[in-house]
Amino acid sequence: MTHPSTTGPAPVLALRDISKSFGAVRALRDVSLELFPGEVHALAGENGAGKSTLIKTLAGVHRPDAGQVLLDGEPVVFHGPGDARDAGIAVIYQEPTLFPDLSIAENIFMSRRPRRALGRIDHRATHEATLALMQRLGVELDPDRPARGLSIADQQIVEIAKALSFDARVLIMDEPTAALTGSEVARLFGVVRTLREQGAAVLFISHRLEEIFQICKRVTTLRDGAWIASEPLDGMTEDDLVRRMVGRDLDELYPKQDVQPGEVALSVRRLTREGVFTDVSFDVRRGEIVGLAGLVGAGRTEVARAVFGIDRWDAGEVEVDGRKLTSGAPSTAMASGLALVPEDRRAQGLVMDMSIERNIGLTGLRTTVKAGLMDRGAERSRSLDWAVKLQVKYARIADTVNTLSGGNQQKVVLAKWLATGPRVLIVDEPTRGIDVGTKAEVHRLLSELAADGVAVLMISSDLPEILGMADRVLVMHEGRLTAEIPRSEATEETVMAAATGRAAA
Amino acid sequence: MADFSLSRAIRWDTVVGALLIVVLLLSFGTVDGFGNALNLSFLIGNTLPIAMIALPMTLLVVSGEIDLSVASTAGLSGAVMGALWNQGMTIETIIPICLVLGVVCGLINGLLVTRLGLPSLAVTIGTLAAYRGIAQIVLGSDAVTDFPTQYLDFAAGRIGDTFIPYAFLPFLVLLAIAVVALHATPFGRSIFATGASEEAARFAGIRVKRQKLILFTVTGLMASLTGIFWALHYASARYDNATGLELSVVAAVLLGGIDFDGGKGTLGGAIAGVFLLGALQNVMSLQDVSAQSQIVVTGVLLVLSVLGPRVARQISVARAGRRAASAPVSKAPSPAS
Repeated sequence: MTHPSTTGPAPVLALRDISKSFGAVRALRDVSLELFPGEVHALAGENGAGKSTLIKTLAGVHRPDAGQVLLDGEPVVFHGPGDARDAGIAVIYQEPTLFPDLSIAENIFMSRRPRRALGRIDHRATHEATLALMQRLGVELDPDRPARGLSIADQQIVEIAKALSFDARVLIMDEPTAALTGSEVARLFGVVRTLREQGAAVLFISHRLEEIFQICKRVTTLRDGAWIASEPLDGMTEDDLVRRMVGRDLDELYPKQDVQPGEVALSVRRLTREGVFTDVSFDVRRGEIVGLAGLVGAGRTEVARAVFGIDRWDAGEVEVDGRKLTSGAPSTAMASGLALVPEDRRAQGLVMDMSIERNIGLTGLRTTVKAGLMDRGAERSRSLDWAVKLQVKYARIADTVNTLSGGNQQKVVLAKWLATGPRVLIVDEPTRGIDVGTKAEVHRLLSELAADGVAVLMISSDLPEILGMADRVLVMHEGRLTAEIPRSEATEETVMAAATGRAAA
Repeated sequence: MADFSLSRAIRWDTVVGALLIVVLLLSFGTVDGFGNALNLSFLIGNTLPIAMIALPMTLLVVSGEIDLSVASTAGLSGAVMGALWNQGMTIETIIPICLVLGVVCGLINGLLVTRLGLPSLAVTIGTLAAYRGIAQIVLGSDAVTDFPTQYLDFAAGRIGDTFIPYAFLPFLVLLAIAVVALHATPFGRSIFATGASEEAARFAGIRVKRQKLILFTVTGLMASLTGIFWALHYASARYDNATGLELSVVAAVLLGGIDFDGGKGTLGGAIAGVFLLGALQNVMSLQDVSAQSQIVVTGVLLVLSVLGPRVARQISVARAGRRAASAPVSKAPSPAS
């Protein structure tokens, strides 16, 4: 492996002074970037900084208004994603789109499968070629297994294998780790290192700074569509990088206040949903932030859904402030003071085609009513009030939420639920996929809510977030609660041990 | 009235409303026999059955569902009315019975959709056949025509020499109720949310299944009321009354800008669509356009209605883009150099 430098080997892919506008929005302004073979290069920036536009420009989805894309030093113009792929550029998205009913091998060799005489598909050759790709990546996946039911991590591996089958020399990974667990991330990084050693150039995007430092050699930072710096990560600290991204010093990322817990607000007793989770019991007290950790699929989200009433439970009970909830009835849960900020803000948290005002208003359909009719004025002032309190950045309150960035969408979901004045707030992956500045704001907000006496249950796959914010950590493993760890004893090791079932607490 | 957020876009319901006015004005000027009060009262009277069912259908489609069994429910209701009348029952007893029957028809659709999770398109194609079949069993090929005169007069007559049929007045009341229900109540707000994203609606504590059951039931009730009106208006209760009416209703509602995917549209647009189709059919009849050609025109309009809102939206998006592009932007210095 050669050390990349401007005087060493030529960059395999370079952008020179790329600009791209959408209407009045200048998404990219004179952005330059060089990717060298055998290099993992980080692309950093807050939501809306222009990362996605840059990726889409590289992938041939967007054509730049100005500037050049150079491949092996030669200017190229991509007329579509096919051109970029033929040039050896592949993008691995956060959520891959495989054909669920086709096998792994068929997905990889879609439409280009080895043929035998008379145009018959050569299954054996397809199978072996897939095996060879998997070996190159150092992972074990059965080529004949259907894509349906593969974890997101495995689907990404399939996408990477597909990219290799096209002889991709440049891999762009757009937040590949957002939905992965710790061990899956480790495996993915193993694959990335293998690719690097084989001479591929990797452009890596992640909101998790520690990952950038772990796997990348250099970083290019964007802010508001403008190029800020391209520099080696050696000698930089996370704070340095954050400062580049947000352009100022950031408030503390985990501003946890010390709070004396009050009486029990949420009490879950022996809750069971057959085949999903079993015998789950815990309390959350007023003023407390309780973290719920575990691997993806351990049943954390499912417990939250059942407690709120989205799914029914088969046995056990749930009490909010001493009042028993009915199974499968979100409206009674809401009336008792329970709020759930769900895991998938686009599908579950928001009606994407509705305005900010109406989305926040959806939780007020019982309160902003006069004589049986919607009280428009009350609805608007309630929505405005909360949008302003949470500092949602929008042009007009009547704009649809799909015009907002991910972080601002998440703030709208929070606003929608805080407007109900909840006594118990369950947040499921509250900061997934949002930038570090907004993340700090969400954490400050959760901390303030707890200080005001709200009981907060926080599900998160982001271990530093759990450790930084939670007064107590509950850990689930395979549908059961396996550990309860006080803040003083919670470390990555103790939590991960319980999450992977290695230690009984 | 309705301001769901397609702000600054050209709103399709406004387009349809304007089109209705244009067609009416043109017809007044150029089509012989259109403008007289009698013809206009026929136009309204013949369009009323479609308009009546279009009220609950609009709510149903906005919520993301559809009911294709409405015409069969109307036919069944008329057939039962005829059969019971032949048995010698009074019309004052028969009408409530028929309405309850309509509620039951709607409940069956609603329960099949909400309890068993079946798609409403499939369920109501099934009950479309089933309800019509029952109607034929109940009445056979008889036509019952000898209903009490005062009822027939109410259903077919008009107020003095004006163009307004008697039945139009109660319809206006129902229209007002439906407009308020969809556009000004929490229930209506939850219908829009459900149609746009059922999952997000559930996570906001909206009782989606209950809401849909109510909508199907009300649709059955209105379909049955329409069946009663139909039999009295045309003074004929037959098992095949209102056959195919469901397609006219769906066509008119779509023409009025109600998105088939749910979550979008206004009742004003839907009713404008209903009367636009009604007016065109009236004009074509006056001009001796054959029934077959009328169907072709209706079909073309339906395709246009699905296309129209999309084109309108794209035009306004393109306009916004041009406006933005012509705005001056300053050139930032290159940080790389």
